[in-house]
Amino acid sequence: MSETSIGVPTETAVARTTTLTIEALQAIREHGAETFPYECCGALIEHEGVIVEAFKMENTTSGGAARRFRIGPDGYRLADKRARDIGGSLVGFYHSHPNEPARPSAYDLEHAWPNLTYVIISVRAGVPEDITVWHLRDDRSGFDKGELKWPTGS
Amino acid sequence: MAHRVLIPTPLRPYTGQKDAVEVDGGTVGEVLSSLTTSYADLRRHLYADDGKLRHFVNVYVNDDDIRYLERDATKLKDGDVISIVPSVAGGAPVTSASDATELTNAEVQRYSRHLILPEVGVDGQKKLKAGSVLCIGAGGLGSPAALYLAAAGVGRIGIVDFDAVDSSNLQRQILHGTPDVGRSKLQSAKDRLSALNPEVRVETFETRLTSANALDLFRGYDVILDGTDNFATRYLVNDACVLLGIPNAYGSIFRFEGQASVFATKHGPCYRCLYPEPPPPGLVPSCAEGGVLGVLPGVIGTIQATESIKLILGAGSTLVGRLLLYDAWGMRFRELKLRRDPECPVCGDNPTVKQLIDYEEFCGVKPVAAVPGSGVPETTVEELKARMDAQAPFYLLDVREPHEYQIARIPGSTLIPLGQLGSRYGELPPASAGKEIIIHCKSGVRSAKAVNLLKEHGIEAKNLKGGILAWIDRIDPTQAKY
Repeated sequence: MSETSIGVPTETAVARTTTLTIEALQAIREHGAETFPYECCGALIEHEGVIVEAFKMENTTSGGAARRFRIGPDGYRLADKRARDIGGSLVGFYHSHPNEPARPSAYDLEHAWPNLTYVIISVRAGVPEDITVWHLRDDRSGFDKGELKWPTGS
Repeated sequence: MAHRVLIPTPLRPYTGQKDAVEVDGGTVGEVLSSLTTSYADLRRHLYADDGKLRHFVNVYVNDDDIRYLERDATKLKDGDVISIVPSVAGGAPVTSASDATELTNAEVQRYSRHLILPEVGVDGQKKLKAGSVLCIGAGGLGSPAALYLAAAGVGRIGIVDFDAVDSSNLQRQILHGTPDVGRSKLQSAKDRLSALNPEVRVETFETRLTSANALDLFRGYDVILDGTDNFATRYLVNDACVLLGIPNAYGSIFRFEGQASVFATKHGPCYRCLYPEPPPPGLVPSCAEGGVLGVLPGVIGTIQATESIKLILGAGSTLVGRLLLYDAWGMRFRELKLRRDPECPVCGDNPTVKQLIDYEEFCGVKPVAAVPGSGVPETTVEELKARMDAQAPFYLLDVREPHEYQIARIPGSTLIPLGQLGSRYGELPPASAGKEIIIHCKSGVRSAKAVNLLKEHGIEAKNLKGGILAWIDRIDPTQAKY
């Protein structure tokens, strides 16, 4: 089983790097702990190649928020507006996996959009742990794992 | 006709980074089809392998989601702008309820006509099997609805009722047969539904639905099917559905006309958005008083079952935001648009009703003093018979309609329908004649109004308690009740 992808393994995947600010990283971790044992979700807003904001969103799933998240069309428009308001662009979304590893599920794959950045945080017993980033392959056959970086100190 | 289609960020790599493209087509379906012809890479992201639009792809015409218009068939006007707006969904690995519900070989055979519909299919049939509907009432509406829900394979069907089967029910309540007269409606319903489909779990609740038990009864059902025959229970069902967030497949019938809608969905209107206040008590007669064409509840009840099935499937266009009106006599369907009222006391933005209230009081059918018929001078059928036998002087006035008079009558009565009494009271004997005036109708409601009407004209009269029904029950059982 491949650690770097779900679905059909790929040989050519060159890990894409996603950079986010330490504040955005902290916001995702705190949001995951806050909504535990339910899934949190939010939008990733980029400015000049760096994710500068993790914008908290309401999980509007009707399928049980312990295992599912959903951001509806109104939510998507809101996130898009937020991105434009702060002079950035909407590049992806994050969500948590309560008591599960930070790997995309089959359900994530089935619902994924291309060209978006998906960040997943694993939260176990209320404590945020691994955080990973994923990109849907263009043929929808699976996700490729990316590399997540945040500049520390200065 | 060329239309502008707005492309969301994740799909722009397939349109040469354009955020809007111009495409031809007269309907949404045609526009999407030419869009995916011009930009072929879009296709696999917009459509699933079965050719259906992926359900996280939302298409809007101007500000309206096409799910609430006519979907692919939605016609486009000049200048309409189409937007593709993503929903984003995902979640942890899980064995979902629908995975756990497998279909047996026997079920595959039984439901084969569903399974070959791509809109239902195996996934849809599993949803129905895992689904549940609570029918309020096993009467005119509940009968056809429960039969079709059981036939369709809805896994759990609850029924709330407390009546026994009466022979006057059989003209329309097709759950029950002639041998069931006198049995509990629930027993009769359970036998019939289990015979039709033994795989369905039928849960029966032999109780009157009240504010005290409604929330407990409703909880855990996917859809509540309102087949009630009175306003107090209808408001109770509505409010409980809104409070619990369970959709209400609503139907009601009277004489030749019926209505149906779906209330209490997340963003849709509720019954109170349509009727904020109940009608004054007695204004709208019940089916027992006004009659009902027997096949009418068959049409409305099956519409309610259809809506329940689509709600469980999460597919199709339901009656959310639409009131369907059916006129069986003129054979016409009409539709009214409904909107959620932001001021609605139950489902509005700032609700004031946050728990169930006393619905009999709300509908003015309580306290007892407000019931028409109380507080007016009364006499009983036994006293009337004694007067007849003693040949005492009296004048018996029947205020029913001529067609009712044809079915059954009390000997010696004079017919003046209630609606004509205001102009014909001069025909009554003057007080100097020394004849007491006794008024009757079918059950005593209209005659009580007549007593009050005559009082306004200075004429004293007594109401015959229980009407001709009491007369037939206790004095002359040779006549038929209706």
